Amino acid sequence: MAITQISAFLENKPGKLAEAITSITEAGINIRALNLAETKDFGILRLIVSDVAKAKETLGKEIIIKETPVVAVKMEDHSGALKEILDVLSGANVNIEYVYAFTGAMRDSAYVVFRVDDIAEAESILSQNGIATLKDEDMTEFLSSLK
Amino acid sequence: MKNYYQPEIETASRERILEIQNEKIVKQVKHVYDNVPYYRNLMEKKGLTPEDIKSVDDIKKLPFLTKDDLREAYPYGLLGTDIKNCVRIQSTSGTTGKRVVAFYTQKDIDMWEECCARAIVAAGGTDEEVCQICYGYGLFTGGPGLNGGSHKVGCLTLPMSSGNTDRQIQFMIDLNATILCCTPSYAAYIGETLAEQGYRPEDNKLKAGIFGAEPWTREMREGIEKSLGIKAYDIYGLTELSGPGVSFECEEQHGMHINEDHFYAEIIDPETGEVLPEGEKGELVFTSLDKEGFPLLRYRTKDICILSREKCSCGRTHVKMTKPLGRSDDMMIIRGVNVFPSQIEAVLLKEGFTPNYQIVVDRVNNSDTFDIYVEFSPEVFSDKIAEIQQSEHKLSSAMRSMLGIDPKIHLVAPKSIVRSEGKAVRVIDKRKLV
Ligand SMILES: [Zn+2]
Repeated sequence: MAITQISAFLENKPGKLAEAITSITEAGINIRALNLAETKDFGILRLIVSDVAKAKETLGKEIIIKETPVVAVKMEDHSGALKEILDVLSGANVNIEYVYAFTGAMRDSAYVVFRVDDIAEAESILSQNGIATLKDEDMTEFLSSLK
Repeated sequence: MKNYYQPEIETASRERILEIQNEKIVKQVKHVYDNVPYYRNLMEKKGLTPEDIKSVDDIKKLPFLTKDDLREAYPYGLLGTDIKNCVRIQSTSGTTGKRVVAFYTQKDIDMWEECCARAIVAAGGTDEEVCQICYGYGLFTGGPGLNGGSHKVGCLTLPMSSGNTDRQIQFMIDLNATILCCTPSYAAYIGETLAEQGYRPEDNKLKAGIFGAEPWTREMREGIEKSLGIKAYDIYGLTELSGPGVSFECEEQHGMHINEDHFYAEIIDPETGEVLPEGEKGELVFTSLDKEGFPLLRYRTKDICILSREKCSCGRTHVKMTKPLGRSDDMMIIRGVNVFPSQIEAVLLKEGFTPNYQIVVDRVNNSDTFDIYVEFSPEVFSDKIAEIQQSEHKLSSAMRSMLGIDPKIHLVAPKSIVRSEGKAVRVIDKRKLV
């Protein structure tokens, strides 16, 4: 099971990112991971949050948003852990569109978010190799454990 | 199998058509001069009397009429006969300013309905058809015009008027409608609704549709033809001239034959008013040839078209006009090329963008810059930059092939394009400020 990422269109103007972040925080939603891609004319904000439905409702009122399934993997704290995952994916010919990382609740863990062209293939090949992927529920629980 | 409603005139030789036109124009000009003081004044200002108009070649001497004249002369100023001889009025929707009302004598109505009958027969209609008309009835000419044409052909006429799609579909299926007349957007909507209700295209008996009163694209035509399982024909007209049926498409589906025995067409340069040679793009101007109630000489339609007298495989000899390619009052000249906002809008819709856009034209170092700002829509938005850039590129090349020049495309936030009094400002031409 993939997790849900929310992407939002941001105008390339001062204060637009702050506006978006403020409106979700004010709605009591926790942001677990954040990534911003930008072009000359606009930016794309990508978010992993504690409450997808609520975030959609809050942000969607003001700007264009989109839900995208992404694969999130917990990474072991040893050297070469990321390379191991990448090798598995490239070995199965899964194309990675973009990637970003965030740290977890426990001191020694990190998480990586992959946007891939074939989610099903990516998940099955990761699980065959003993690499567990996170679910939306994991994100909610994971976040509540932070409190 | 060739079918014409009035074969003797629809397939007459060019010489014969010219003869008819020359004979009619002399009478029409005299009729206007004698009965319409408003136009007699315009002629007198140019030092013209009816004697100066001996053939259609002399039409170019006559003054133009515009929509502004029609508004100024509202309601009776351009009436061409005693009101007691008139049997009907029709009117334009009049979204801006005063409405235009047109008057019809019985002879005018017959002429108009015959024009519509020609269109129905050109679409394959015979007296065995069941003709479903879902254009609006009333002041709008769509319903009454096709209704009259359908009667003249002898079709069983279903005067549905517009709206109530469930009822339209029920009548269409239960009463075996074979010809559908409505706006293209409504035809597309009926097609979608039929599919939603589980009907396949072969479940209806329709074979043809006659669609007009608004611009539509080739893609829209293909979609309608597929969803309804029919051949879709275009029809053109103006309330000022009569209504639908001023011109209509034949089986070639390539240009509309103008009913030249009733309407004389010219193409002019919208800037100078000069008549352009056949094949050139310009503003379409019509002169009625045999109207009584509301005769109009050299009426500027503001529609930009091209005329063609090339032989048509259908056997009709009347001149063909393209679909309007734009409106003369919207025309911009950018890098020497005529550009119409309507073309840009058509490309945007075709490529899945919103029609919320703004064109900015400027002149930098003696050459024109041409930028199009387009509002993002959820359909175009993606979490991947590459995907957005791809649709941007696709839009650029579609614009280039439609316009002949290359605009710079900018995707901007929804609702970010400035609106004044609720209406978006489509064109900002900064060149005029210099
Ligand atoms: Zn033809």
